[in-house]
Amino acid sequence: MAAENNKTVDSLDPRISRVKISSGDSSDMDNLVHFQTYEVFHQKKRGAQHQHVGIVHAPNPDMALLYAKEQYARREQTANLWVAPSSCISATEYADDDIFSTTPDKLYRNPATYKVMDRINAFKERGMKSTDEV
Amino acid sequence: MNNITALKELLYKIADDQLIIGHRNSEWTGLGPILEEDIAFSSMAQDKIGQSEHIYNLLHQLGEAEPDTVAFTRNAEQFHNSQLTELPIGEYDFSLLRHFLFDFAEYLRFGNLRESSYQPLAQVAKKFYGEIKYHTMHANTWIYQLGTGTQESHDRMQNVLDKYWNTALGMFEEGPAEELIISEGIFMGEKALREKWLEVVVPLLEKSSLKVPERDTWEPIFGGRTGKHTEHLQPLLSEMTEVYAIDPSADW
Repeated sequence: MAAENNKTVDSLDPRISRVKISSGDSSDMDNLVHFQTYEVFHQKKRGAQHQHVGIVHAPNPDMALLYAKEQYARREQTANLWVAPSSCISATEYADDDIFSTTPDKLYRNPATYKVMDRINAFKERGMKSTDEV
Repeated sequence: MNNITALKELLYKIADDQLIIGHRNSEWTGLGPILEEDIAFSSMAQDKIGQSEHIYNLLHQLGEAEPDTVAFTRNAEQFHNSQLTELPIGEYDFSLLRHFLFDFAEYLRFGNLRESSYQPLAQVAKKFYGEIKYHTMHANTWIYQLGTGTQESHDRMQNVLDKYWNTALGMFEEGPAEELIISEGIFMGEKALREKWLEVVVPLLEKSSLKVPERDTWEPIFGGRTGKHTEHLQPLLSEMTEVYAIDPSADW
């Protein structure tokens, strides 16, 4: 494709200058199609839940996994990564978020009065086996 | 030749390979084809340079100079990297193919070094094995994408493979202490490494629709391990050491 604009990027950094990038205009980008996005889920340790951490753009699942590693497993601990195409995600509509409006009032749904640790400790103290009746 | 000299020769070639290819790959920073790929390639370049520092430290424990001195003050004839690693980055097709061919060799080399009779080296190999495994996963994924992609991507990859196969074979140049290194259990040797490498990369290239040149045309390009380099190494070193050379005694 004949370049109407033959100018190349001239930089103080010799590595940029010698690669001769053309300083074309942004219409060069018109024909480029974006890759689809993949949602990324990160698991810190085995057994923990995968957490949603963001997206990557990639042409297929294999590349998406590579890029997820680069973007979201750069620092700290990682045991596992999932990627799923964003197109697989089904979501509720924000316009319908009034379906959740009375939920915070329904305190009777909270397990606040069921003191699990007390019961577990009492169980242990009684020296019962798991097959015994409580 | 005694064990220590043989060991140093082995360590220098491993560390020099990593430093030089790490430096070359870092030249792609800011120029990669897409953002995440730029990050990936730069990360892996950092990994390689970090690995070389660990190996230079092993050399320091054996009496060689400090890693910074060794990395930044030697001239081209004193380097033991293979010629494949010093070639300019070219276009992304070449850099990716070099990444594929070199990293699989290094993966198999480190795989064997985990059982080295020289404990400090075995420990370094164990530490970095997983990191290098990822490098090969990255390389193989790309080679497969491009080899089986479009006609253009396939042709470009086949061209660089044909053009640089003999240079790549130069990685397996045998050293003067090859038998000693093998008999002492330090490393399996370049011949064995090359065999394993062929067993791994040839099928992967075929899966990517790429053909390795005919066996009777193979002519490995040696020289790097004995300080004989292409005209590309000295300019690389001058550029790499430019900042260090301004004030070698500075604290970083």
